[in-house]
Amino acid sequence: MTVGVVMLVHTALGRAEQVARHWAAAGCPIVIHVDKAVPRKTYDVFVQSLSDVPDLKFCKRFRCEWGTWGIVAGSQSGSELMLASFPQVRHVYLASGSCLPLRPVKELLNYLAARPRTDFIESATTADVPWTVGGLDEERFTMRFPFSWKRHRYLFDKAVAVQRALGLKRRMPNGIVPHMGSQWWCLTRQTLSAILQDPERPEYDRYFRNVWIPDESYFQTLARQYALKIESRSLTLSKFDFQGKPHIFYDDHLQLLRRSDCFVARKIWPYADRLYEAFLTDEAAAMKKTEPNPGKIDRIFAKAVERRTRGRSGLYMQSRFPNEDWENGVTAAPYSMFQGFAELFENFEPWLAKATGARVHGHLFAPDRAHYADNQTAINGALSDSAIIRDYNGKAFLTNLIWNTRGERQCFQFGPADNQDVCWRIAKDPNAQVSVITGAWSVPLFRSNKDFADIRREAALLQKIESEHMNILRSPYTKARVRIWTMAEFIEAPMEPLQGILDEIGQTKLRRIAEVPKMVDLSGFGQFLQNLKNQGMHPYMMGDFPVERGVAATQQRPRKPYLVQ
Amino acid sequence: MGLINSYRLRLQRKRWRIRAYRKRRELKEIVNRTAQIKSDDILLYCTQRNEKIRLPYFLDYYRKMGVGHFFFVDNDSDDGSLDYLRDQPDVSVWRTRASYKRARFGVDWLNYLQIKHAHGHWTLTVDPDEFLVYPFCDTRPLRALTDWLDASSIKSFSAMLLDMYPKGRLDEQPYQSGQDPIEIASWFDSGNYSLSRNYKFANLWIQGGPRARVFFKDAPAQAPALNKVPLVKWDRRYCYVSSTHMLLPRGLNQVYDEWGGEKASGVLLHAKFIDTFSAKAAEELERGQHYAASVEYKAYAASLQTDPQLWCKWSEKYINWRQLEILGLMSKGNWA
Repeated sequence: MTVGVVMLVHTALGRAEQVARHWAAAGCPIVIHVDKAVPRKTYDVFVQSLSDVPDLKFCKRFRCEWGTWGIVAGSQSGSELMLASFPQVRHVYLASGSCLPLRPVKELLNYLAARPRTDFIESATTADVPWTVGGLDEERFTMRFPFSWKRHRYLFDKAVAVQRALGLKRRMPNGIVPHMGSQWWCLTRQTLSAILQDPERPEYDRYFRNVWIPDESYFQTLARQYALKIESRSLTLSKFDFQGKPHIFYDDHLQLLRRSDCFVARKIWPYADRLYEAFLTDEAAAMKKTEPNPGKIDRIFAKAVERRTRGRSGLYMQSRFPNEDWENGVTAAPYSMFQGFAELFENFEPWLAKATGARVHGHLFAPDRAHYADNQTAINGALSDSAIIRDYNGKAFLTNLIWNTRGERQCFQFGPADNQDVCWRIAKDPNAQVSVITGAWSVPLFRSNKDFADIRREAALLQKIESEHMNILRSPYTKARVRIWTMAEFIEAPMEPLQGILDEIGQTKLRRIAEVPKMVDLSGFGQFLQNLKNQGMHPYMMGDFPVERGVAATQQRPRKPYLVQ
Repeated sequence: MGLINSYRLRLQRKRWRIRAYRKRRELKEIVNRTAQIKSDDILLYCTQRNEKIRLPYFLDYYRKMGVGHFFFVDNDSDDGSLDYLRDQPDVSVWRTRASYKRARFGVDWLNYLQIKHAHGHWTLTVDPDEFLVYPFCDTRPLRALTDWLDASSIKSFSAMLLDMYPKGRLDEQPYQSGQDPIEIASWFDSGNYSLSRNYKFANLWIQGGPRARVFFKDAPAQAPALNKVPLVKWDRRYCYVSSTHMLLPRGLNQVYDEWGGEKASGVLLHAKFIDTFSAKAAEELERGQHYAASVEYKAYAASLQTDPQLWCKWSEKYINWRQLEILGLMSKGNWA
């Protein structure tokens, strides 16, 4: 008893010949189906070149276009010829010209000999698996597909649309349940002959002729009718990308393939000389007893699909430029923006750096330059501190900064005097942690030595800008983690908000803050605000500040509340 | 994109093609070996002027990558580069003395030669100082990439221009013919690029890098464009619009994903900033044959006199394509 190999070949005939000889050397009978699209002359040369191989036949040729019936017709004719000509065959293995046996054929023979009644065919109902690409899963079976997807895409799509609109549906013959799976199978003589010799086969064939991609469903569905024992997996390692086309293996996959425990892999790049050499000529080396680790291949290809469909969050580059709100994360990592803290506390930046271990910048969007931590003139990625370059594309500046410094938490100061271009981008970014003390911009004004008329003008402007920014932060589109206090509210009890912020940054070395940043002296601030009011400029962003109150004023400790049961 | 606009672009494309046909008269055939080209050869197109010192390594680099035939347009060289190219077995050369600027910086000449010879071939269009790096380029030849692109029905492949520069003054290490220029200019800026979209042609506009940081720090809007689409499965209806930054039909410019994913892309290592640069800049300044009244070269000349130092503390040293992939300058996409 042995295994017969049906090979479907359409390009790289030289490689197909090599593989056929490899199978034949192990005593497997072979039937080759060559695509009708291969020119007669090339075909003849190919037949000639394999004429010295015993137990090798060529079957009737069909035109095999992807997604059409031809592939099934080819497999059928190949299988029929195989069953008829080689009675010693118990299992039939369907392979392609670009398949490559990874383990010695002997092992496959032994493996199948130990499982004489098992059919290896991946076969799952369409209702249960979301494999399909392009939105056609059940509809593959209920519609007709008279046009080629590859050559007449427009007509293909129109035909689908028309059938959907008219609600046209076909019924499955005999109420069979459609199954789908990898087109590469290994069936027993019993099952395969039952499928091929079924008296109702003409009806099934007629039906599947108009199904889309019947090679993934014809045998998969019908095997369910007859098989005694189905193992729903393919013995051929074959990975698909997000468009449903197979991943290709190259020379640099050699180690990976050695560690897979599959018998056959597809699809191999025809010029991958090292792979063919390693697996076809040098059997002893191919079987270097490395520990099988098939999961690794899965991971690599799953990651490739993930990269193509979701990409790396926060990366904007030549081949990834997501539309707004389709970014899968506006920026690469969480970061914190502080507004008003550096104004209210004298040593806020060093204190925060010490308490969190994060990199704490000054006002990155200041009008003169980007104030990086430690007064640097550039930062990771050679991002310059020039305000002109930054303002040329403020959003790119922010996303670049966060991308370049992945792995290190970034904190920066912001304020109404800074460039406000990035406000929306930050507000809509779930990675942003925004903490604002409104009205704190007035503290530097209060402490400055400017003419009061200038102060008044500037205060009015800053208040207007900050108020607009707060509207953005409070809008329903905001996804950032936003905390807003008025200045009056904040200085009432500064510890609690600070602790909350540190906890959220999450890198605190201590569970409770040991050291508190030093607040600037605010005595006389209430009067300063009153003066602004007296000049007709009502500062409302900082909350209610009584004229007399200063932070220095000692507050009476409130009595402990009695607990009343 | 309305019907009217797409029709306008169609007319524009036709206009560029007619222009390319008109400009063919400026080309004088020196040696034509196009009969050697096999149907699946990868072709390379290049205009050059006085780059003899760079050519040996350039040809070697792309031959090893798997380019089958080279097309050169020589723009009035006087350093013997024409003779050198003429003797190469896989090169076809045309010569012109006409204005580079009026051939839209060589685009018209190459468009004509591409229409004539590149139909159905994968076609790489680069300058003599540009070196293509693509995912897995250390283990897979270019043919692997083009086969994969074919299988994925992708017709154009993006490779952003990455300006490379040496540490120290540009003229510190002299370049020897045949040497890998990346050995000298081995540093680059990894993360200061800004992107915006050009809705008319559907391409991205990338600016930044050392040129924006040093030469254009006061006028970043004028900084040169870095987006390029150098590798295209050519069809005779296609044409480049401005350098290799944009193509028509504009679908070919859609080399980026808009829904969060990453398409596969490469990088063109731009080894312009080596010791030959100052002389080149001085010459080009005089000829005034470069883009936007040679504004780029004016800016270079002004900065170069004072301090020709592009390197900074945050510059990154080039190792291989995987490094560029991790830094997010290029992507493997779903090629694994």
